[in-house]
Amino acid sequence: MKPGLFAKLNVVGAWLALLFLVLPALIAIPVSLTPKRFLSMPKGEYSLRHFTNLFTSPDWLSSFAQSGIIAVSTALLATTLGTLCAIGLWRVTSRYTEVVRAFLLLPLIIPQIISAMVFYRLLVPMGLIDSYPGLILAHTVLATPLVLITVSASLANFDPKLEQASRNLGAPSWVTMRRVILPSIKPGVVAGALFAFILSWDEIVVTLFISKFTVYTLPRRMWNGIRENTDPTVAAAAVVLIGVTLLAFVIYALLARRRAQMAVAEE
Amino acid sequence: MQALTRHISPGWLLVAPFFLVVVAFYLGPLANILWLSVTDPEPGLGNYEKLVENDALARILWTTFRTCAITTVFSVGIGYCLAYAMVHAHQKNQNVMLTLLLISFWISVLVRTFAWLMLLGHNGLVNNGMEAIGLIDRPVRFMRNELGVLIGMVHYMVPYAVLPLMANMQTLDPRVMAASRNLGASGVQTFRRIYLPLTIPGIVASSLLVFILSLGFYVTPAILGGGKVLMVAEYISVQLLVTLQWGTAAMLGTLMLIGVLALLWIMSRFMQLSAVFGGGATR
Repeated sequence: MKPGLFAKLNVVGAWLALLFLVLPALIAIPVSLTPKRFLSMPKGEYSLRHFTNLFTSPDWLSSFAQSGIIAVSTALLATTLGTLCAIGLWRVTSRYTEVVRAFLLLPLIIPQIISAMVFYRLLVPMGLIDSYPGLILAHTVLATPLVLITVSASLANFDPKLEQASRNLGAPSWVTMRRVILPSIKPGVVAGALFAFILSWDEIVVTLFISKFTVYTLPRRMWNGIRENTDPTVAAAAVVLIGVTLLAFVIYALLARRRAQMAVAEE
Repeated sequence: MQALTRHISPGWLLVAPFFLVVVAFYLGPLANILWLSVTDPEPGLGNYEKLVENDALARILWTTFRTCAITTVFSVGIGYCLAYAMVHAHQKNQNVMLTLLLISFWISVLVRTFAWLMLLGHNGLVNNGMEAIGLIDRPVRFMRNELGVLIGMVHYMVPYAVLPLMANMQTLDPRVMAASRNLGASGVQTFRRIYLPLTIPGIVASSLLVFILSLGFYVTPAILGGGKVLMVAEYISVQLLVTLQWGTAAMLGTLMLIGVLALLWIMSRFMQLSAVFGGGATR
């Protein structure tokens, strides 16, 4: 079928829409290079002073470290819980499986502002407001459904006969799990861990409610910077975040390609 | 114990840890909030009566609904155009387009909001650019009003709109459209009478998804609205963190939750939810 005039116009529109999606974020780059002390577009002169500030200021550095600690802990916990849960749901053949699955995806589906109220309500009496355990707990509950989704998708392509074969050959169930199931679903597990890391690294709404002074994550500091709307260090931080996003995306794309190659090799 | 394991599959043991975490640390306090909406500050439906009595509250709900509806229309419109072009593009182009879409999907919402702040401000790039080429005499107010909020929200929601639409369009059989063309229908007729009706499930799913996500959206309205466009999410945060009125906040949260769950239920009539939330989660 030859594309008609409308289809051609639509392709042009689609590329314009993609530019609308991707280009705006890039404005952070020139703004971060301004030599001035307030947020502005550079005119002829460029300076790296705001990047220097970003990587020498104790405030920003501590935020990087805190976000890193919380995001890595969240990714580890969420990946463990989510993978176990996905394997469990995959094993069970019961009419309740899908109901339970939908139930467990709720933290992902319910609007973040409600989740923020939930964790605020939960952590105040526990005395965990503004603490690492509090933030990690909240982020883990939000991130685990993502792992559940990616691992479940991997398991959907896993042949249950392999598990049966392993058991028939006398392997105890934990050996089967470690040496048969886990290696086959590794791409889903890694993708889940990556998503969990990013969710926590970027999380702002819940974090705004449950952190104050002691724990001041990177998004929290950016939020403040954006609200004050003066210091160009925010722009430098935005550029670094875009860089991190691109890096994560490359890792994800490589994983997806390897998965595709593995699928071809199996056939 | 033997009898127990015979009746309960050992798989549930693996599900149990996260299940317990969700019940204890999420659904428990959530139930508590629903309860608060009818008990704080005093038992009864007082909090819900405020909806009728309090004009400001009604206005906030209306602003939220209107903003979300407009965002949905534009996001799904742009998303439809994008999804159509991507599904019908050559493999190579499709990969490039998908990469760009996913990159924009992955960039932090704070970074994107910051970018719009720089672009749309009084001395922002958009105003300066339009003045330089003589399109406008005075800077246009893009920010601290609904226009700014809408631009930021549509920009955030388009990728979410595209994904269900693409999933739907990919399942269509191209031979149906070819048959229509062979029977003498023009391209436009084929699109209007065959293609569009076949993609209605995708349109409904993507509209509901965008609407649900917009309802609770906090970051972009709070920053680009600059306090001038008060939506439910921001109002809840003010109630909790500034005026400490749990009752009103809980009531608004309950309403939002009921709305979201109802929309999800409608959505599940049109599309398998697992297809939207991660593809192939069912076996």
